Amino acid sequence: MRADFRAGERVRVRAVDPEGHTRVPRYVRGQVGRIVECQGRWALADEIAAGVAEPRVEPVYTVAFAAGDLWGEGGHEVTVDLWESYIERVREDGA
Amino acid sequence: MSGEHTSTPVAARVRRLEARLTGAGVVTEEQLDAALAAMLEGASPVNGARIVARAWTDPGFRERLLADANAALPEVGFSMAGGIQEQRLKVVENTATTHHVLVCTLCSCYPIGLLGPSPSWYKSEAYRSRVVREPRAVLAEFGLELPDDTTITVWDSSAESRYMVLPRRPEGTGGRSEPELAALVTREGLIGTAAV
Repeated sequence: MRADFRAGERVRVRAVDPEGHTRVPRYVRGQVGRIVECQGRWALADEIAAGVAEPRVEPVYTVAFAAGDLWGEGGHEVTVDLWESYIERVREDGA
Repeated sequence: MSGEHTSTPVAARVRRLEARLTGAGVVTEEQLDAALAAMLEGASPVNGARIVARAWTDPGFRERLLADANAALPEVGFSMAGGIQEQRLKVVENTATTHHVLVCTLCSCYPIGLLGPSPSWYKSEAYRSRVVREPRAVLAEFGLELPDDTTITVWDSSAESRYMVLPRRPEGTGGRSEPELAALVTREGLIGTAAV
């Protein structure tokens, strides 16, 4: 199974606000998290909702976010399940 | 548009769809009722409790369950294949130093087959918005006070996986049988808003 991201890698959630349905919770948009694992591959919910005849099938990852990054406080972690096109690699220099 | 659903327009849409389907003779009310009944038949937290009791008494099963829950479930007579497609299940284990709690911030995703229909608070905006931000305070309101050094992970099921918590086995239950142990496990324990 081809998956672009590996466990432990840092990724940023694309800060988009699409017109239609998406499964990116608003509170993680633009945030940096850590790949926990690849869960498998599923059709992209956004394209299913938009009625695309053959929706893209992509890896879905468990991504962990530190509460301090999300909310500026708290010692817990929140994991969110994200399709591959929702995330992008964070470069070593943090950009 | 945000990633949120509101239940009212969806419910109205479902009713219109039902009316069109039955009006066109595609399905009957009886067939729809039977399909719903089949989905909910046997859906109960008793199922999750049985899985937990087996994991507490069989270390090999516990390992297999945590590594690949879908592959381990048939050992106790369950599967995640009750819906349109098999759903992935991830079981997360509470320990002396880690605590897990489940939420679906976008809507109300929940492993219905293993936990039964979800409680109304699980679908409330208050729970969904607060537990990701201040889980320790929310859990305290449920009556669960966790030590300061317990690491908390909140699992937001935003895609195709469903989650279940494997609670800690209570102290002093060494001699109990599997059914006796299963009887101790609550729905809240399987969601992570209570200890067992």
